[in-house]
Amino acid sequence: MSARAKTALLQLAASAAAVALAFLTGALIMLLVGVNPLAVYSALFEGVLLNPYGLAQIIFKSTPLMLTGLSVAFAFRAGLFNIGAEGQMIMGGCCCALAGFSLKGLPWLIHAPLCIIAAMAGGMLWAALPGYLKAKRGAHEVITTIMMNFIAAALTNYFVMARFHEPETVHTASIMPSAFLPRLAALSSFFKGSPANAAFFIGLAACALAGWLLWKTALGYEIRAVGLSPDAAAVSGISVARKTMSAFLIAGALAGLASVNFVMGYKHYFEEDFTGGAGFMGIAVALVGQNNPAGVLAAALLFGALSHGTLVINALVPKDIVLILQALLIIFVITFDGIARRYAAANFGEKA
Amino acid sequence: MPSKYTGLLFFAALCAAGLCGCARKQAAESGAKKIGLVFDVGGRGDKSFNDSAYNGMERARKELGIEYSYIEPGEGADKESALRQLASGREGLIFGTGFLFTDDINIVSADFPDKMFACVDYAVNPAKPIAPNVVALKFREQEGSFLVGAIAGLTTKTNVVGFVGGMDIPLIHKFELGYAAGVKAVNPQCKVIVGYAGVTGEAFKNPAKGKAIAFSQIDQGADIIFHASGSTGLGVFEAARERNIKAIGVDSDQYSEAPGYILTSMIKKVDVGLYETVKSWLAGTLKGGVTELGLARDGVGYVYDENNKDLISPETIKKVESLKRKIISGEIKVPSVKENR
Repeated sequence: MSARAKTALLQLAASAAAVALAFLTGALIMLLVGVNPLAVYSALFEGVLLNPYGLAQIIFKSTPLMLTGLSVAFAFRAGLFNIGAEGQMIMGGCCCALAGFSLKGLPWLIHAPLCIIAAMAGGMLWAALPGYLKAKRGAHEVITTIMMNFIAAALTNYFVMARFHEPETVHTASIMPSAFLPRLAALSSFFKGSPANAAFFIGLAACALAGWLLWKTALGYEIRAVGLSPDAAAVSGISVARKTMSAFLIAGALAGLASVNFVMGYKHYFEEDFTGGAGFMGIAVALVGQNNPAGVLAAALLFGALSHGTLVINALVPKDIVLILQALLIIFVITFDGIARRYAAANFGEKA
Repeated sequence: MPSKYTGLLFFAALCAAGLCGCARKQAAESGAKKIGLVFDVGGRGDKSFNDSAYNGMERARKELGIEYSYIEPGEGADKESALRQLASGREGLIFGTGFLFTDDINIVSADFPDKMFACVDYAVNPAKPIAPNVVALKFREQEGSFLVGAIAGLTTKTNVVGFVGGMDIPLIHKFELGYAAGVKAVNPQCKVIVGYAGVTGEAFKNPAKGKAIAFSQIDQGADIIFHASGSTGLGVFEAARERNIKAIGVDSDQYSEAPGYILTSMIKKVDVGLYETVKSWLAGTLKGGVTELGLARDGVGYVYDENNKDLISPETIKKVESLKRKIISGEIKVPSVKENR
């Protein structure tokens, strides 16, 4: 057996052990509070995997996570911690909805792409400032992006809600039907009732595009060079400031794009808290996915399944138990992954 | 890239767990009718709206022998998905607690025509008919507010009372209008100062704003302030404590939030609303459309017990009880809709 195959097998085993241990620990906690873990896990299984709605929910829930995960991963490749995906997603959603309900009478072929561009531009705009401050002034992006999150939430809350909200609701007016993304339910009755929509394909395309950009283009090469060693990159003639800026703009556009799933595909309006924390979850998705587009895709599907699973078993156990289970799973997966990689590196000489 | 497999493994583990659990679950199911409930953002433990809904379900379980399951979606969660989750199960009647569920219930109820849905505080849109399987559970908050208004009007010494609303919407206007009418009914000279915390959902969870509004009303002479503003009201109580005036609680008995400073509370009996709905559903008489619970059906009321009996004179209670009878008989009509808005 080749070293590569052995490593893959080892990692598979490590992931299995991690998931099993997380479920086992979760079961112990449930027993402690007097809940039957078997009933909970069987409901989880039935609700998420044995039912078309559950599967469609995985697609729906994983779409924004994929894009925010990519956003964080992309910035990370340039050595930057983008904690601001949440704020960028909020601004993206706000711009998207504005373009969606204020432009009228356009055909779908023009209006929908325009709204998608608006979403990306909103996210980009919100990433541009921390990008500039980092590139030109050396302000640490962790702090600036976190602060930008607060500003985005408060600004949209105040401005959009005070000026554009529908009476008796906490959301804006509905966007024009010419900006709706088609639901997967329109393609197949399998997806009936599910909000899963074409944004999923945008997410998949973004994963492929990000991979291509990072590993097949000069820009990607330079961004990765800056991420590995800014000094070495500068010596070889790469402008670190410019690449930092580019990485931030692309990361912002990806996070902004994450809003399309909700605004154009699901509710068709901008709402307070519409992200459901997807921007922050994107950090975990990027970490579990090893800052790699294929890994991010897989991690987003896992987190999407977890997110829907949370709802499924919420009827059986208190909300807190569900949150504990989710956190346990992440911790175990990350830990076991680290152990497996170290073991592989030491014993098979394989770099994973 | 181990994470490629993580998802796969997760599924595999789920499958295994599922297979073990299936048998057990079948055995646990009984013939009882099942009901689903989705809580509002606050969730259980809010000492108000959601807890009251929970009490109603518990009472229905004990007295009517139903089973129920509930979901607490939490901040920014997917209400539609939660409703759908319950609707696709064995639950025959599904509750959404709060007006924010209105849109979601409209959508989900259309996909599950054989299930019944009930929405507490459903926001009725005159332009859209209510689906035959949707019960819009409304409370005549104006009637309960009228009575606490009367208590305020009879108790004030400065002849100025205040009202602090949360979000500036028709639902909260019902509290304001009923309260003002109650004050005027017993004390026409009394002035009522009205303030709202905002126009967004944030207005229901902004104690600092509540305190600021209360202070300005106290500066204008108010010695009793009624709030209908969620946790924003905690700021009103704080102001009452600091400046030694009285406040009136809302939705549930809020005496314990500021003992000695809570004159009374306008209680909205969400538990009664849920219980009654379940009862008529079991009897097969539940129909879609608006169901309103007022003083007549014990859907709203005010608190008068050991805690606050020293704060309100017996004559006041006598007067208020007679007003209550007049509202129930229809002799007094309490306003609930603002004109020219």
